[in-house]
Amino acid sequence: MNGNEHFLYIEHLKKAFGDNEVLHDITNHIDKGEKIVIIGPSGSGKSTFLRCMNLLEIPTSGRIVFNGVDITNEKVDINAIRRQMGMVFQHFYLFPNLTVQENITLAPVKTGLMGKEEAIKTAESLLRRVDLYDKIDAYPSSLSGGQKQRIAIVRALAMKPSLMLFDEPTSALDPEMVGEVLQVMRELAEEGMTMAIVTHEMAFAREVGNRVLFMDCGEILEEGTPADIFGNPKNQRLKDFLSKVL
Amino acid sequence: MSDFFYDLGSQFYQNFIEADRWRRYLDGLGISFTVTIGALALGIVLGVLVAIVRSSYEQKQTKKSGWLKFVNAICKIYITVIRGTPMMVQLLIMNFVIFQSSRNLVGIAILALGINSGAYVSEIIRSGIMSIDRGQMEAGRSLGLTYGVVMQNVIIPQAVKNILPALGNEMITLFKDSSLVTVIGLADLTKVAIQIQAKTYQAFMPFIGIACIYLIVVMILTKLLDALERRLRRSER
Repeated sequence: MNGNEHFLYIEHLKKAFGDNEVLHDITNHIDKGEKIVIIGPSGSGKSTFLRCMNLLEIPTSGRIVFNGVDITNEKVDINAIRRQMGMVFQHFYLFPNLTVQENITLAPVKTGLMGKEEAIKTAESLLRRVDLYDKIDAYPSSLSGGQKQRIAIVRALAMKPSLMLFDEPTSALDPEMVGEVLQVMRELAEEGMTMAIVTHEMAFAREVGNRVLFMDCGEILEEGTPADIFGNPKNQRLKDFLSKVL
Repeated sequence: MSDFFYDLGSQFYQNFIEADRWRRYLDGLGISFTVTIGALALGIVLGVLVAIVRSSYEQKQTKKSGWLKFVNAICKIYITVIRGTPMMVQLLIMNFVIFQSSRNLVGIAILALGINSGAYVSEIIRSGIMSIDRGQMEAGRSLGLTYGVVMQNVIIPQAVKNILPALGNEMITLFKDSSLVTVIGLADLTKVAIQIQAKTYQAFMPFIGIACIYLIVVMILTKLLDALERRLRRSER
């Protein structure tokens, strides 16, 4: 099995920081259009797992095959791969020295994906979609957390990615702002985007996920449909976890 | 008492007005400015390059290429040697050892001061780069941008804003240190005062005079830097 039949295939993935191995031999996959949700206690390796998918963390060993290309091969142009994967971070990481429009158009223009005009048009229509067109010339420091995160999602979408990675996108938000960000993600899911989401929003995981992975101590301990994971958990640690968060 | 003031007046006349000597101070000040600005420009270029090499070496989590290791080692030696030897000695070496056949004193002065300043500027910029959240680089890289593009468009502009006060200090230090170029015979403001003192046999007026000129220039520069800093900060609001 070479993993080519999956959109993203992860095989025997291990990641260690120094002597501390945080991911132990993970094998999994994401199919086109699938939305997987990764849940688990903090320190379980979920974020590291997600960050390995676009090589923000370099795996210590194992293989990641994306669209038929082994991206862990050193000869692969990682920038070209990352252009097809969008990532949304817990702390947004908008570029504070650039306006909203510049934040969104920087990557499409600098990577040669679009001309400046086209990039600006794309930014405008994406901003309208998330209801933030009026902020196009604002600097990030004048925005609320929820607005920042919606713009961070737009910034990633401007590259027309085929896979979106979400690393706890609502964990740094005030509670009343969580809804607006989840709404944008929900719409994205309905449009058929392939998504991998690390989150603590269990209701959202149940609603949007096709498949839920429960991670603890660097391993996937249980996976299944939201109905199975939340309704009929088998693993003891998953049961403990759910009893705490639900 | 009135004698004292009369003396001062006549000394001032002899040291600044007579034989149009004020012109020579002005020329000297011009040279001091030229050397400062040239050295600062060279220092910033060198400083940015060295800082990028040093911080990319430190941030790289994968295997470091041999080339990067080599360049990083060169940069480290550069910083150690330049910061570990007096600037006056560097000037003397530049003038009498390396460029002994050249008479382009302004060029030599800019080169020596610029290379010296680069070592300090690089550490200032490196601290500025390090002060930017790692997430900024990761966000840029996750969009498929190269390290260089993110550096140039995201990290450096933010870093510069953070280090502007330190960079301003460096410019002021450089302006004052430009008086050292006197030792290679370049007619900067200090050298002019020495030459005029040799003519008039009076030390008070030329030296107190140039001290005042240096002080006034530094005060003006400080004001300008404050204004610039406020402007840059405002763009973020």
